[in-house]
Amino acid sequence: MSSVISFDQVSYAYGQNNVLENISLDIEAEEFFGVIGPNAAGKSTMLKLMLGMLKPDTGKISVLGESPKQACKHIGYVPQYPSFPRNFPIKVLDVVLLGRLGKGRGMGGFSRRDREIARDSLKVVEIEGLASSPIKDLSGGQVQRMLIARALASEPEILVLDEPTANIDVQAEENIFALLKQYNEHMTIIVVSHDIAFISAYVNRVGCLNKTLLCHETEAISGKTIEELYGAPVNMIHHGH
Amino acid sequence: MIEFFSAVIEYQFMQYALLACLLASLGCGVIGTYVVVKRISFLTGGIAHTVLAGMGIAYYFKGSPVIGAVIAALITAILIGWIKLRWRQDEDVLIAAFWSVGMAVGILFISKTPGYNTDLMSYLFGNILLVTINDLILMAVLDVVVFATVFICYKQFLAATFDEEFARLRGINVEAYYILLLCMIALTIVLLIQIVGLILVMALLVLPAASAVQFSNSIPRMMMIASVLSVLITTSGLMFSYQPDLPSGATIIVVAGIVYFISIISRRMIRG
Repeated sequence: MSSVISFDQVSYAYGQNNVLENISLDIEAEEFFGVIGPNAAGKSTMLKLMLGMLKPDTGKISVLGESPKQACKHIGYVPQYPSFPRNFPIKVLDVVLLGRLGKGRGMGGFSRRDREIARDSLKVVEIEGLASSPIKDLSGGQVQRMLIARALASEPEILVLDEPTANIDVQAEENIFALLKQYNEHMTIIVVSHDIAFISAYVNRVGCLNKTLLCHETEAISGKTIEELYGAPVNMIHHGH
Repeated sequence: MIEFFSAVIEYQFMQYALLACLLASLGCGVIGTYVVVKRISFLTGGIAHTVLAGMGIAYYFKGSPVIGAVIAALITAILIGWIKLRWRQDEDVLIAAFWSVGMAVGILFISKTPGYNTDLMSYLFGNILLVTINDLILMAVLDVVVFATVFICYKQFLAATFDEEFARLRGINVEAYYILLLCMIALTIVLLIQIVGLILVMALLVLPAASAVQFSNSIPRMMMIASVLSVLITTSGLMFSYQPDLPSGATIIVVAGIVYFISIISRRMIRG
């Protein structure tokens, strides 16, 4: 079995409003897959279907050969916006530790090994110094790194990131993508972004989503494909492959 | 003040009252923390008021009102949680319905019970000076159940209160833990009804924890500070009420309110 995630003619609608139409997609193991598309193109919906948070109206999705709901434990998910209140009394390390849920022992507190792994994850995203800071003191970029560390702490087979660099500066963005590229050696990574120019420097394949999905090898992306997707000319920024 | 301390040394009912404050405060700090961070104060108030139905029914059938309270609190917690999750009803309306209908049922049963209805007031406003040794034993048992559950399910409760979406993705049955948490809240409400009565329970569950959160960076620390504050609040409230012969429950709540205001003001001052 080489395909890690497969969508087979999947459609989804919020009420009468079709968001995704007839999506078919196979993502291979250790692929670095980018999803781009304009606002409200259904990018986040596609991720939610992948994670089993939504059920497709028609079509079939399988993740690691299981249903998305069963497989979601093996996915590390980095949401676009944190889904927790920022004034919650909790420290950075404790948030990252929550990524260890479903691993190790089920009841009681976290084990020493859980703590080691959580600290290592913080080191990877270079915020180990913030381990005992309360989350309300973090900047937007630091929260983003914490969320990535939390996803890594669960030692996932697939890493799914929704606009991971939306609220951080360009330098931090490059660092994070360089980091992901490293992890990509033993992990399948799926990144959603609206930043076409940037993302194509890192990914193997790009899916252009606007209700329907068109996949391209990164090399094949041209101004024309993007124009078709966005319905307007887009300035291409050149960058080395 | 001196009268209070000599009464504590002299009278057993005062010793029982102090012990009841201590036992209630422990549960109050631990569970109040979840109520505050999960923002379910009014749901807690709803469960507390519905308890009157259980107490009234138990009173009518000559059973123990406290056992009636435990049963009613647990049933209400499970029903509210289940209806909310299953039928996606608005929590707001659901709470209002349980709150008022529960009280109405309680009042109906109490009014049809022959004899004086003196107990009604002590259900509503508590009477800490009437706490018996059996009440204390029950309170200790409830504390143990609540502590053991929170200890065993610490990670799950933390995940489900902090970030539901992520907890669900990690394979945690968020709904089941939510209902379990509501059940723990229900048991704590019964603990506190002895002290301040069911009308004022909400304040005692929320205010010490809401004061503690101003100075806490983690859940265990918040639980500890809230418990200590709660001990101070209940015992000093009892003390202030003793000599002027004020209702102890109401005095305790006023003290809790003052502590809460001091805590937010001092937090602002520290921040500058």
